[in-house]
This record gives sequence, C-alpha cells and structure tokens, in this order.
Amino acid sequence: MNRKLPMLTQDNRSFWSGGAEGRLNIHRCATCGSWFHPSAPVCPRCRSLDVGAHPVSGRGRVVSFTINHQRWVPELECPYVVAIVELEEQAGLRFLTNIVGTPPEEVSIGMEVRVVFEQHEDVWIPMFERAA
Amino acid sequence: MFDRVFEKDVKITGIGQSEVGRPSLKSPLRLTVDACLEAISDAGLTCDDIDGVACWPGDHNNNGDSFSPIGSHAAKTALGLNVNWYGGGYEGPGPLGGVIAGAMAIASGLCRNVLVFRTISEASARQTSRTSNSLHSKTPGRDGSYMWRWYTPYNVFSAVSMVAMYAQRHFHEFGTTSEQLGQIPIVCRANAALNPKAIYRDPITIEDYLASRFISTPLRMYDCDVHCDASTALILSRADVARDLPHPPIRIEAIGAALNSPFSWDQIPLTRMVTAEVGSMMWARTDLKPSDVDTVQLYDGFSILTLMWLEGLGFCPHGEGGRFIEGGSRISLSGELPLNTNGGQLSGGRTHGLGYVHEACTQLWGRGGARQLKKANVAAVGAGGGPLGGSLLLVRE
Ligand SMILES: [Zn+2]
Repeated sequence: MNRKLPMLTQDNRSFWSGGAEGRLNIHRCATCGSWFHPSAPVCPRCRSLDVGAHPVSGRGRVVSFTINHQRWVPELECPYVVAIVELEEQAGLRFLTNIVGTPPEEVSIGMEVRVVFEQHEDVWIPMFERAA
Repeated sequence: MFDRVFEKDVKITGIGQSEVGRPSLKSPLRLTVDACLEAISDAGLTCDDIDGVACWPGDHNNNGDSFSPIGSHAAKTALGLNVNWYGGGYEGPGPLGGVIAGAMAIASGLCRNVLVFRTISEASARQTSRTSNSLHSKTPGRDGSYMWRWYTPYNVFSAVSMVAMYAQRHFHEFGTTSEQLGQIPIVCRANAALNPKAIYRDPITIEDYLASRFISTPLRMYDCDVHCDASTALILSRADVARDLPHPPIRIEAIGAALNSPFSWDQIPLTRMVTAEVGSMMWARTDLKPSDVDTVQLYDGFSILTLMWLEGLGFCPHGEGGRFIEGGSRISLSGELPLNTNGGQLSGGRTHGLGYVHEACTQLWGRGGARQLKKANVAAVGAGGGPLGGSLLLVRE
C-alpha cells in the first residue's frame, strides 16, 4: 500500500535517500565522534557544526516492538510490526522502524536485525529484517 | 535549585465542565461556553472580572481540528472578554500547559483572574471519519512535522504504536504483566460507575480485560481511552483576589514542566518517558512529599502511561508500578492512593488533561458525591505521554 512519506529537507535527506545506494546514513559528529539521530546540522552533545551523514553497518537489535492489529485504514494489511531498533555502532543510537520479512509472532526484544529498504518515489524507507 | 516558586500565589477558585457526550449535539464552541460560564460563576466572578485566557493546545491547526477545535481567540471573542493577556499553542509541557501558562500570567502581574479551558470534539469527528484523528491526517501530502515525519512512514497512525512499545519494554525489563496493568482500566471503570457524566459505567473484570482485543500488543482495547465531545474550564486567581471568593482557594503548591530529554517519542527513556524529570522538578519546588498526597489524577490516554506517572512522580520506585497496583485495592476509592476517581479518560471520557484537574478540585472541595474521598486535602495531577509532560501539586487551603 501507499505509505505516508516524509517531507525531505536539507537536514534529513541523507537518511531517507541513502537506500538508493543501499546505505543507511546516520549523522555523526567529527568533533566528539558521537552518532546522533534525528539528523540535524549540529551535534546535540557538543554543539559542533562539523557534522555529516555517514553510512553505518545497518546491523542492530530490537529494543522494543509492538504488533499492530488495528486496521487504521481499510487498505492496511494487519498485523504488522512497529519497532525501535538500536544500531550496533553506539549504545542508544536508535530509531522507530518496521520489522519486515519475519512473522510478527517471531519478533522479540534483543533480536538481531539488518536494514532493508522500501522505495516510494524519492524516499527509501529504512526497515529491518531478522539477521541470518 | 529554585529560589523563586511563583505558583504558590496562584489559586484555583472555580471549575466548570460541559456535558460529556459521545457524541454531543452541541457545537464545540457551545460546549466551551457552557464550561467557561460555569467556571466563572463557580468562582463567584463575572465575565468582567476575567482578564486573561489560556488553553492548550488551542486552535490546533487553524482548521477546526477535532483534537482541539477552539482556541483562546474564539473563546475570548464569543464571551466578549477584555483581556490583558491570552495564549494557546501546542508547544508546551503537555495537556497542563494552559494551566501553567495561565499561572505564569498571574504571577508576572499581567492578570488577576485567568480562564483556562480545553475543548475536544473527537467523538463527533469519528462519526464521519474513523481516521479523522490519525497522525496521517495532521498534514496533507508529505509529512512536514518536525517529529511525526519520523514515524508516519512506518504506518504509525496513532500514539498507541509508541506507547505499546513502552509497555512492551516495561514488561520485558521489570516483569510487569497484563494482569497488573489491567487493574488501571478496571479501577477506572469502578470509579466511573459513581460518576453520572462518565461515558462507560458498567463494571469490567480482569477476564473481560484479558479477553478484549489487541489494538497493538501488549495493549488492548480497554487500555485505550474513549473519545468524547466535552469542554473543561477552570479559573486561576491571584492570592489576594482569591481570598474574597466563595470557595476555599486551591493553591498550586508546585509545578512540574521540565523537558531534559529530546522532544521525541523514540529517543526518550522508554520505560519512564519524561515523567521522572517532571516529577523531580515538582518535588524540588515544595516541602511536601509523595506520602502527603491523598489522591492522584494521572493521565490515562493509555493505561501504561498512568503506571509510568505513578513511578515518575515518586509514588513507587521505577519499575515497581506493576507490583504497586497489583490487585487494584491500593489505587481504588478506599485504598491508600485513590487514582482517577471520576473514571479517568479510560471510562470517563478523553477530556484530555484538564479533566484531571477538574476532578482533583472536585475532590478537594468535597463535591464528589458518591465517589467523594474521606480525606482529600492534597492532590497530584500528571498529564501527557511521550515527550509531553507536566504536573501539578494542588493543596486546598
Ligand atoms: Zn559532538
């Protein structure tokens, strides 16, 4: 089905379009070395402006998840999994996503996952599947 | 930590509430007028005495949005008020943002009597569109919202997706169970039976709860609040004005409004949200302690939020909420810490925030009727979910 797509801006485009090259891009601060999300033109930890998007491994673990059963719109296929995934690059580096390609009842906290992309127009939505 | 605590000079002097309908046949503006006129009259004032208006989130999208169709512009104009200050707006410490802003207006000398209100018309909106309240409907076309655009591409239509993940994580880390969490909707329903205005008043059992369908695991239908059409209002008055009014003033003993976490639903502490930072601020502004509180009115847009507010405001340690409410007796009307005594939003109706303050004042003034608590001198109110959070400690003088 169609998804609601994000408005792309100079500050978030790297995250949503990295999938075109098969990359998950996350912002990193060159001054203090920390990764951060959501992307922004300044490091929230040390306020350095020397920040930019860099590809990460795309591997991580499920921090939490939910199996959605409510059919919010008629064309929605249920159940599906909404999750928060923490990337292996840094503790606490995480974002909300979907777990796909895995039966919802098999998803668990701590499960190892890897990134996959679903393209809609000029947006490559980073999602995760169970790592082999 | 704080060398000035302005809110102790601000008093609640009157409350009002429209009918609570599912749906109501009255317009949102009419509901607002009913609530505001009742509150002004309850305070022993007239419209000529009101010199400020505050609300949260106000005229939300300037589009009659059912989440908040009426803002300060409409209320001020309809009631013909002459104000020195007015304000609304979504960006603030959650559903109590209007009370906190109004209190600041009084403490800063701008106003003597501020009308605070909150109107919602989600029950009517859902008569015509089941998705009228969805996050996807907040923006046409692509999502340009600073925060929601990180979530809506993942078929997140409701905050329940995020809140269910908080619950899942709480269950995982602390062993909290559905049987424990279910006590919140069960206790709220029992209280609603004694509130003639509540939407749902028939008792439910743990079996009913466990048999109800999942909306988003581990949250079930009974974990989610019920839409309604309603407006709630209260009057804040300066201390010297409040002395001459009919009711014993209710002092705003302390406010919690801190946000130390990012404004985000997935970057905040998942099993606490911002409740702990809000609570720390509130308790740093008073000599009272959680053990001094006679009743708590805590946000139950989803049941797990109430549990996190109990922990965050210090009524039990972090992670202990499930065991704290086990069996339900401690938080029942006859328990040591009665919770959401009017049925909360889970059964009373999603008046969205100000309903908790209305009920706290109802109890503190001894007007609770069949649900009146024996002892009610101090009440704590906490409202909001995700990064939205604010709290009030209220004391009847
Ligand atoms: Zn940095």
